[in-house]
Amino acid sequence: MQNLLTTEQLNSLKSEMKKKHRDLLVKRFFSNKLALFGSILMTVIVLLAIISPFFTSFTPYELDPVKRLQPPGAEHFFGTDNYGRDLFSRIVNGARVSLIIGFAVAIITSILGMIIGLYSAYYKKLDGVLMRISDGLMAFPAILLAIAIMASLGPRLENVIIALVIVFTPSVARTVRSAALVVKEQTYVEALRAQGASASRIIWLNIATNVLSPLIVQATFIFADSIIIEAALSFLGAGIPAPDPSWGNLLYDGKTVIFNAWWMTLFPGIAIMLSVFGLNLFGDGLRDLLDPHTTKAKK
Amino acid sequence: MKGYILRRLLSLIPVLFVVAVVVFLLMHITPGDPAAVILGPEASPDEIAELRENLGLNRPVTEQFVSWFGGVLQGDLGNSIFMKQPVLQAFFEHLGPTLSLAIMAQILAIVVAIPLGILAAKFRGSFLDQTFMGISLLGISIPSFLLGLFLILLVGVELKWLPVAGYKPLNDGLWNHIKYLILPAIALGSMQAALIARMTRSSMLDVLNANYIKTARSKGVKESFIVIKHTLRNAFIPILTIIGHTFGTLVAGAAVVETVFNIPGIGQLIINSVERRDFAVIQGSVLLIAVSYVLINLVIDLLYGVIDPRVRLGRK
Repeated sequence: MQNLLTTEQLNSLKSEMKKKHRDLLVKRFFSNKLALFGSILMTVIVLLAIISPFFTSFTPYELDPVKRLQPPGAEHFFGTDNYGRDLFSRIVNGARVSLIIGFAVAIITSILGMIIGLYSAYYKKLDGVLMRISDGLMAFPAILLAIAIMASLGPRLENVIIALVIVFTPSVARTVRSAALVVKEQTYVEALRAQGASASRIIWLNIATNVLSPLIVQATFIFADSIIIEAALSFLGAGIPAPDPSWGNLLYDGKTVIFNAWWMTLFPGIAIMLSVFGLNLFGDGLRDLLDPHTTKAKK
Repeated sequence: MKGYILRRLLSLIPVLFVVAVVVFLLMHITPGDPAAVILGPEASPDEIAELRENLGLNRPVTEQFVSWFGGVLQGDLGNSIFMKQPVLQAFFEHLGPTLSLAIMAQILAIVVAIPLGILAAKFRGSFLDQTFMGISLLGISIPSFLLGLFLILLVGVELKWLPVAGYKPLNDGLWNHIKYLILPAIALGSMQAALIARMTRSSMLDVLNANYIKTARSKGVKESFIVIKHTLRNAFIPILTIIGHTFGTLVAGAAVVETVFNIPGIGQLIINSVERRDFAVIQGSVLLIAVSYVLINLVIDLLYGVIDPRVRLGRK
């Protein structure tokens, strides 16, 4: 009996092992250079979006007709637009719009997708109905469905989020469902069921915790896709209403003067590209880390 | 094979039904009265009431759906309020440019991506491989409309090599037709090319290590024959899947790219209708695109059966 551990010792051993495992994951993540680069890129963009309003002397709405379409220079870092507004502060504000939308959509679709995916994996009858609905929704190309929903709801930030949630939830639900189906068949779940554990206990305490990795990875890609689709929607005039600065609106303004003011297209464009690239690298790194079995070339 | 085709056809019914319900609901999720939204703030209450009556908005929702759906099944997608013509007619008038653009982008993507993917797989880990894959990751990160804008800046404004806006139909001569579509097709096709190249590389890699390839090599079969005949054929299923699944994205992307290059296709039809709140046109176009996406994927699923007999026999 002496070599048996007390509960306390067991718990401390457990937490120590957990910590070691976490350290290993962190170490592996940092050894993946591309993923590291992606996360640095994202951190810089987030920081810029948060702190730079305190440093720029211009607001994104300040009109100055005398200084219309000034090329990048000392006073206006990225130049001015066709109303004489400072492009740098508009891009930084656009970053905030994009990040809010991307983050909100990633969180809401994860929660909804998790609920739908878990329950349809557990209840066969529900599965048939829910998956047919998601098949139907996934038959629409993402941008097109988003445009159509925005046409009905009207251009507003909240509506962009709603439209993107409708567009992306089915694919999250599918991912969660397929991961949950695998977990559900495992012996320990069967054992729990035999012991009389309730369905919701098994679903939320045992299955849900095991589908988190693929869910988090997918949420990162949805973040990136949301930024792209928001930009496209606003560029087409169906997203964030003018004069609010969003990257898509900036590109729309830029297109009207593309032959005179290259900076109005180039800088917002680079902003979109860098954030999407950063998120994709970050997501790829996360996937390699959390889920080594999936092929790298999937995305 | 017959049973396989029949099963696939039956499985389409619920999907198409859901598609129809979603498209129908598009008009009904508008906050407020759709008729008032369509006519704008200057409309008189009488005009609104008349339009409500014409659109059948006073009837119960289920009744509206049944009559709308019945019309759709007979090819009646309603009428455009602003263009004063049937939606189907407006759609087909705008289809040419979009289809031309999507096909050209697809061809461009396949012609560039498959050889690159094969080379990358053949010389795995080399400088060539890493360069291709790095570029393709960048290609996935640039949305097509943005690449279009960049191309306009570079090729149109700086180099002045190609026209940056407009469209010439095929009747104006083949070169004229293609000339206006080169930049849009590059913009639209590059993400597609990146996806196909990555998929080609990874599925080629899976097959290149298989035992039967080793056997073929040890028999002394020529390497080029092994790559093209033995490997590519078996690697083709995942490649085909990507091509099929991204076709919808391609058509939708074409809609956005058209706006960048002022091409009068489906995209412009939809965007103009969004501005005018011409719901019938939006509903009809979205429905037609979703249905064709579903049908294209059906064709591709059936092609699997032709390429790989295991598909039609094995799956239940």
